[in-house]
Amino acid sequence: MTVVQEQERLQASLLGEEPVREGLVLGNPSVRDVTARIASIVESKITLKYLATLAVTGGMAAWGLFALYYTFTVGIGAWGLNNPVGWGWDITNFVFWIGIGHAGTLISAILFLFHQKWRTAINRSAEAMTIFAVICALTMVLSHTGRPWLFYWLLPYPNQMQMWVNFRSPLAWDVFAVNTYFTVSALFWFVGLIPDLATLRNYVKSDIAKKVYGVLSLGWTGSTRHWHHYEIGYMILAGISTPLVLSVHSVVSFDFTVGILPGWHTTIFPPYFVAGAIFSGFAMVMTLLIITREVLDLKQFITLKHFDNMNKIILATGMMVGYAYAMEMFIAWYSGSDWERWVFINRAMGDYAWAYWTMVVCNVVSPQVYWFKKARRSIPLMFVISIFVNIGMWFERFTIISTTLHHDFLPASWGYYSPTWVEISILIGTFGIFLSLFLLFAKFVPVIAIAEIKSILPGSQPKHHHTPHS
Amino acid sequence: MSTTPVGVIGEFTEVNAAVAAAEKLRDAGYRSWDIHTPYPVHGLDKAMGVKRSILSYFSFAGLVGGLSTAVGLQYWTGAVDYKLNIGGKGFFDWQFSVPIDFELSILGTALLTVAGLFHLCRLPTWYNRYQDDESFKKATDDTFVVTIDSEDDRFSADGTQTMLRQLGAANVHLVTATAE
Repeated sequence: MTVVQEQERLQASLLGEEPVREGLVLGNPSVRDVTARIASIVESKITLKYLATLAVTGGMAAWGLFALYYTFTVGIGAWGLNNPVGWGWDITNFVFWIGIGHAGTLISAILFLFHQKWRTAINRSAEAMTIFAVICALTMVLSHTGRPWLFYWLLPYPNQMQMWVNFRSPLAWDVFAVNTYFTVSALFWFVGLIPDLATLRNYVKSDIAKKVYGVLSLGWTGSTRHWHHYEIGYMILAGISTPLVLSVHSVVSFDFTVGILPGWHTTIFPPYFVAGAIFSGFAMVMTLLIITREVLDLKQFITLKHFDNMNKIILATGMMVGYAYAMEMFIAWYSGSDWERWVFINRAMGDYAWAYWTMVVCNVVSPQVYWFKKARRSIPLMFVISIFVNIGMWFERFTIISTTLHHDFLPASWGYYSPTWVEISILIGTFGIFLSLFLLFAKFVPVIAIAEIKSILPGSQPKHHHTPHS
Repeated sequence: MSTTPVGVIGEFTEVNAAVAAAEKLRDAGYRSWDIHTPYPVHGLDKAMGVKRSILSYFSFAGLVGGLSTAVGLQYWTGAVDYKLNIGGKGFFDWQFSVPIDFELSILGTALLTVAGLFHLCRLPTWYNRYQDDESFKKATDDTFVVTIDSEDDRFSADGTQTMLRQLGAANVHLVTATAE
């Protein structure tokens, strides 16, 4: 950047038009360039590499679906569950996937309310990730019921037994929380997509694509009168999604805390789960975006600045999670309850110590490199750390579930749980479903919010309007 | 066969010019007109004289509906229709009803916000009188497209076009429909 450009930018920032920061979009594209660059991904030919990748992830999904079919025909006995460990990988995966989704809502809603402009390049893909992760979570929780075709028993509906759902149970709360989360995330995502689908409708060449995007865009014309309602609606959706995202993982944690088992019955669980969810979700966004940006060549829009910011959030939430681990230990000691103390000593030194220390190394130790700016901007390093965090957060849920269950109050019934091939296949399958959906999304839906990126380009907003905006 | 005027279209590529034109058109007393933009332009709605959206009333109605459904459902099923003693817990207590009260309030708000948005923007409408106009299609790319409908009291095919040209619009032209 030349001195003159720098001065101009500084002047613009003093006028309140642009923050004194490094640009969020590189290469100074025009509004038309943005349309062409992002919409052309949809128009581009489907490559062999894409199909090969889709075949692999589709294969994983198919294998997982076969394992689910096997579970449903043979019964839950196909899993490694036993007495006393009645929750295993199924609930671990459920909590893991629900947690992954939280970063998407955080980026789309909370960062929107805080006027964090950098969210615009990544919110679309993060929201898509949320929806796909919640689909995986729902798959897990439905298979956990053993008879998913009776899922409607979870809902309050008038029936011949004249009985109702037990609303005093946190499991009933969970049904409402997760379904609300899925519905609201999907609505939020679709509303955000409407203007971009209209852009695609007018951009694509083929008649079929024009029809499909035309129907999906609902006849959006970009009318200012409509934008006026739209912006208020988007703000309201962001406003309600913010407490929603905090509530969903809190309710998930109630599944544990409302039980009186040592290791679960703690008040720190809701905030601890929410921080962990955002932590793991950002790691997953990171993993996906590093690949997407490379493959679709979106370096102009998803810059090192974005990754830097996300790594800061990973560092912060990683510290919160680390604090929660320490505080759990402290309170177990401070409580004076023998059972609590024993469960936590057993967690760190018992049969599942390997899982506990994997979790600590991945979640607490590995993000510490992000204190250094160089590390926050090194793509290979952040890719590795994001995988570590994903692994660590999966193990966190596994540790919480298995260490509390495998040694209960009666030593005679103590046991050890390890998964069977069926459970392992189902986990692989959920990754297959998740990645396949993401691949389809990246090809057929604008991966970057076109209208939002346009609205933050320098000079895209009128000059006399000085108040800062998102 | 005869052609009837549908409206007049003009293009702006510069955002400040579009806002300035919006103010002039508003002050000239036009009512049935619009500016189609590729992204939300801040202050343009004010410059056009758009009244404040009533969407938040829809949202509030959704909140009230969701919350009362949640309370009503949990109270009626638990404490009226089928009283079931589970561990000596109350048939209905506000404490345990909070999670579902909260979730259904959010759900109701979200559903009515989106429904209200669709209603106010008349979505879906898979037709627009200007849809075949090449200028109009640019509105989703990089152009601010002014449309002034023929229904407007101040509309006159020539006068309106002249005014738009004076305001700096490019490619001003009349859009007509062919009636059978």
